[in-house]
Amino acid sequence: MSLLEIKNLHVSVEDAEILNGVDLTVEKGQVHAIMGPNGSGKSTLAQVLAGRDTYEVTQGEILFKGEDLAEAAPEERAREGLFLAFQYPVEIPGVSNVYFLKAALNAIRKHRGQEEMDAMDFLNYVREKMSLVKMDEALLNRPVNEGFSGGEKKRNEIFHMAVLDPVLAVLDETDSGLDIDALKIVADGVNSLRSEGRAFLVITHYQRLLNYIVPDVVHVLVDGKIVRSGGKELALELEDKGYGWLEGKAKEQVAAHA
Amino acid sequence: MPEVASSVSTKRPAVDPRAPYREAFERVSCSRAEHEPGRIGSLRSEAIGRFEELGFPTKRLEEWRSTDVRPIAQSSITFEASAGLVTESDVADYRYPDTCELVLVNGVYRPELSRLADLPEGVVVSSLVEAWSEHPDLVEPHLGCHAKFESHAFVALNTALHENGVFVFVPRGVVVETPIHVLHIGRGAAQAVASFPRNLFVAEESSQCRVIEQYATAEASQTAGSTFVAPVTEIILAPSAVVDHYKLQRESTDAFHMATFQIYLERASNFTSQSISWGGGLVRNDVNAVLAGEGCEATLNGLYMVEGRQLVDNHMRVDHVAAHCDSHELFKGILEGHARAIFSGRIFVHKGAQKTDAKQTNRNLLLSPTALVNSNPQLEIFADDVRCTHGSTVGQLDELAVFYLRSRGIGEEAAKSLLTYAFAADIVQRIKDKSVRRDLEEFLFRRLPRGEVVRQAV
Repeated sequence: MSLLEIKNLHVSVEDAEILNGVDLTVEKGQVHAIMGPNGSGKSTLAQVLAGRDTYEVTQGEILFKGEDLAEAAPEERAREGLFLAFQYPVEIPGVSNVYFLKAALNAIRKHRGQEEMDAMDFLNYVREKMSLVKMDEALLNRPVNEGFSGGEKKRNEIFHMAVLDPVLAVLDETDSGLDIDALKIVADGVNSLRSEGRAFLVITHYQRLLNYIVPDVVHVLVDGKIVRSGGKELALELEDKGYGWLEGKAKEQVAAHA
Repeated sequence: MPEVASSVSTKRPAVDPRAPYREAFERVSCSRAEHEPGRIGSLRSEAIGRFEELGFPTKRLEEWRSTDVRPIAQSSITFEASAGLVTESDVADYRYPDTCELVLVNGVYRPELSRLADLPEGVVVSSLVEAWSEHPDLVEPHLGCHAKFESHAFVALNTALHENGVFVFVPRGVVVETPIHVLHIGRGAAQAVASFPRNLFVAEESSQCRVIEQYATAEASQTAGSTFVAPVTEIILAPSAVVDHYKLQRESTDAFHMATFQIYLERASNFTSQSISWGGGLVRNDVNAVLAGEGCEATLNGLYMVEGRQLVDNHMRVDHVAAHCDSHELFKGILEGHARAIFSGRIFVHKGAQKTDAKQTNRNLLLSPTALVNSNPQLEIFADDVRCTHGSTVGQLDELAVFYLRSRGIGEEAAKSLLTYAFAADIVQRIKDKSVRRDLEEFLFRRLPRGEVVRQAV
């Protein structure tokens, strides 16, 4: 059984079709990259996977650990081990980063039949995870993302991921807006979490991140459809040629179906 | 459509609603006459006369357009305070440790329930009645000099009918570190029990103090009958005085609460107030600050959280009379059910009040489609070198933020509660008094669904 199987996924928002027939299979231990031009549907795919209900799945299915996710609420997906690192992490004033994470982790542990972590154990656990993303301890006690710089927000997402320990992590343009140092820190954090039991779906607009997080498979999403899949060398090809030559391909495919 | 409580009756009252107040006036003015100077007696007479002319406000008046007080006018009223029925067990939950605590029950001072503390020499904290007999020279120059009854029926009623309240006097240069806690307990009856507490707080030059006013309902009577309390608090800050004030309004939803809070600031004084309302069925707070001397600063913040058919109306007026004064107002509201909130904020910059810096913000969070907010900021500026800003918003929870929290494994209800708490947090965090802050936090944890998750996450 594959960890994630997306079959012929069609997604609309307010009657506009954004994804039109995505097929994608991810196995445990793999890193898949999804690249594509702006507006190709990358972020939509990420949010649909996490269960955002402003998008309507009109056709197809998403199987996670063999289970259909159609009816699963976002929190149920999270508790089953799916994590989305947001492209634009949300600021939550008044809610402390560390206490929020404790509540989230305990909700997940409870779902898994594990005991809730007490304050001491949690703090030790969290400190260990913080070192993965070289996060300043001061950010722990601040409200979630409030007043964080762009880089701090992205690092905080990877930190949340490390704490919540998902089996599938979807990173939605976690590299965008990061300088090279911050990019390396984020990539190191991700690499240190790579394991047999965990898979990553790395969504990015640029090839650069993939120099640091080396993917097993690269997919190109254009106009809501995966038009090409290949090894890590595909990313380099895209860097050279841009997306133009594949956009023509997408139109051909649509025409062929019509 | 009924505007306020379900108890609104369409039947016309059989008698003039003003009649019981006239009778009460005869009794009170008689009993108080020998204890108070002639000026107060005359003031009482003028005020009852003015109330008879004004009657209860109607929705035809601009200032009362959205707040229908017919439920008060049409309630049968008793002035029988039954204060003796309230005992220690009714008060215990509302006590604040390490304060100088004065307890009034339905407007009647209860020394045996009060817990006075040792305070620095010269500081007076007592019932108003006691202050008239012990320190008339300190009360006389101020009482009734600031809260204007000419155009406000409830201030007129209070001025005419008040029997007791709390008097605080802090002499020049004295810093009172122990907070002064004025605890008003209401105990309802079949008829609405009316009371008109009158408070006077005087902070002399360069003095400092903290005052907490709490309005609560005796536990035993939370479902038994209503109360009608119309307090007037006058507070005077002499030059360079610093006063930190809290008001916590947490009465039962059967309560009518029509309060006026009048603040007078002299040169370089600093006043801060946090007004928290979650109780009462029909609640009005008129808050008027007069910045009379140069260089003073007034901060008037508030939080209201109402549900069901509660109505809360915060009516603010800040008068910038002198130059170089700052005022900051931040009021936030959370509404559920069919609740209704009104925020009216008027900033009046007088001619000559140059370099005024006035800021006013009102933000509202609607948690149900049937809740309603009227927010009405108003600026009147008669000086030409000032900075005045105002803003008001009414919105719902941010769908993306809810999704963000849920994507981390937090359930939907808990996510919404967390965001609601977060909305309130910038008022919660401004509360320096630990007891008030703890009470507000506990209330939010109790009120918000899945509050235990919120408690863990903040």
